[in-house]
Amino acid sequence: MIKEAINYLSDPLYSFTGLMILFYLSLKRIDIVGTKKFGIGLLVFTLVTFGWMVADPIFFSIISLPDNIPIIILNALVFWSTWFALYKGHQNDLRIEAGGSPLEGTPENREKVWAWPNLVYTELFCGIICTVFLIVWAIFFKAPLEEPANPTWAPNPAKAPWYFLGLQEMLVYFDPWMAGVVLPGIIIVGLIAIPFIDINPKGNGYFTFKERKFAITSFLFGWLILWVYLIQVGTFLRGPNWTFYGPFEFWDFHKVVAENNINLSEIFWIKLFNTGLPKNIFVREIFGIIATLAYLVGFIPLINKKWGKSYLERMGTIRYYLMIFLVLSMMSLPIKMYLRWFINLKYIIAMPEFEFNL
Amino acid sequence: MSEGFAKKVANTQVWKAIFRHGPPNNARNRAAVVAGNVFLHLHPIKLKKSGVQLGYTWCMGGLTFFVFLALTVTGVLLMFYYRPTAEYAFTDIIGLREHVPLGIMRELHRWGAHLMVITVWIHMFRVFMTGSYKPPREFNWGVGVVLLILTMLLSFTGYLLPWDQLAIWAITVGSNMAKATPFAGHGGPGAALAKIGDFVMVSDKNDVRFQLLGGRFVGEAALLRFYILHCVFIPLVVAVLIAVHFWRVRKDGGISAPL
Repeated sequence: MIKEAINYLSDPLYSFTGLMILFYLSLKRIDIVGTKKFGIGLLVFTLVTFGWMVADPIFFSIISLPDNIPIIILNALVFWSTWFALYKGHQNDLRIEAGGSPLEGTPENREKVWAWPNLVYTELFCGIICTVFLIVWAIFFKAPLEEPANPTWAPNPAKAPWYFLGLQEMLVYFDPWMAGVVLPGIIIVGLIAIPFIDINPKGNGYFTFKERKFAITSFLFGWLILWVYLIQVGTFLRGPNWTFYGPFEFWDFHKVVAENNINLSEIFWIKLFNTGLPKNIFVREIFGIIATLAYLVGFIPLINKKWGKSYLERMGTIRYYLMIFLVLSMMSLPIKMYLRWFINLKYIIAMPEFEFNL
Repeated sequence: MSEGFAKKVANTQVWKAIFRHGPPNNARNRAAVVAGNVFLHLHPIKLKKSGVQLGYTWCMGGLTFFVFLALTVTGVLLMFYYRPTAEYAFTDIIGLREHVPLGIMRELHRWGAHLMVITVWIHMFRVFMTGSYKPPREFNWGVGVVLLILTMLLSFTGYLLPWDQLAIWAITVGSNMAKATPFAGHGGPGAALAKIGDFVMVSDKNDVRFQLLGGRFVGEAALLRFYILHCVFIPLVVAVLIAVHFWRVRKDGGISAPL
């Protein structure tokens, strides 16, 4: 019963929406999240839930697939590191509010210490722990090895290495040129551009949340929801034919999902105007082209009106519009996801003649 | 061990020849041990206390480098037993598994590779959350992003080498993305426009995927390419960039701390 509910709610529509709500709430109530009690509660909760899930034979068969063990380690570290960074940030915010300095800036912590032994021994200690961990891991889990390579027989599902599964999951919503080339390119450029866009001088060299709300919120959104969450979906919830399966659902090869996705042009010309698609592809796709341009340019006056003036003045033109472009590119993924879920939209612009499908 | 014995050892000609100074138990020698050792001199002699606290650094960058070293060692050992050809690659891996008693070298290498991807992500997360990319560290953040990409490419190229079903199909899925590169891949937008008369300039015989795989599908040429990229080319680039990365950490003022 509970398992069926979880299967049902794991559907990207519900789990993605739920995750965004959780994300919003936890940053909104960082005074609760950023406490030790919450951290311990979260740890106990995740351990119990995970233990309960592993006891299920189907879920166990999925997580014990080759190369899925690292993702469990990743998840543990992501949980821990996110909470810990927010906890440290919240503690520092309280200290700063009370008129003090962040913990990293107390006179005691500013004092200089010898690299030998303080730093060198810490590194040695971490190296030893890491070595032990790796050796134990290597002894208890054999490296996966399947049948010899056979170019004539493709396994189903054929999955990329786990760290690229977020990109592979994006293929559901975008064509390969977007999901595999353009968006990853924008991610790389965007990451490198971060220090040049974020000109907030505060929060340099210590954990904080309040002093860098916008920067941290947008980074966490991209990292936790668009990157880590999509990896989970791609790994644990996608079975044969890249069909959705709940975590406790048997990967039945015959599960058929009706997909009647239609293009924006078809919605307008066929459904609304009843005229059939025009011959000229640019006339045919005019609504998609307008929608895309409106998305890229149309929001700008709105954004400028609301926050623009002061930001634009402080950041300068290039920084400001680069930031808007990066945020819009990032948000294009969730927007495309919801368009798919709500109106079965396949492509906003569909020009298979040029392999240009957006 | 008595203090006298340690002193005697530190006074021998051999000790002095190797270390050039006494045991690091006083200020002078603690400075000398870090400054006079080619490996340790990556560190400053003294640093702020906040910079050595695990609660601040998480040691994730250091561990990434440590795992990289471990991967280099295990990788070199594996190279002795592995031939990158369609005929031998898979059977060599089988041989490693079947003929080496208690062998865990491939396990160490594979799990280490995954671990390095994870630690580099968490390192980046920590650097972001402490605002350590802010001036004067903007450039080093960029170097770090490139290292992040290279780490994933290292892992990706190594993924093909066992030459099993998991390997070739994961690489097929991954490299099929290259086919869709705008203008440069034969399935990408704009590629069809690059035509002179009937002559197609971007086809499956010369696009970026072909360059990457040395063919139109994941075959023996791809195996050799990925092998060389994995064992020689990318590690060399990574090693150079790690040097730049560490150097800039020092030059930009060491581990970040409140201004």
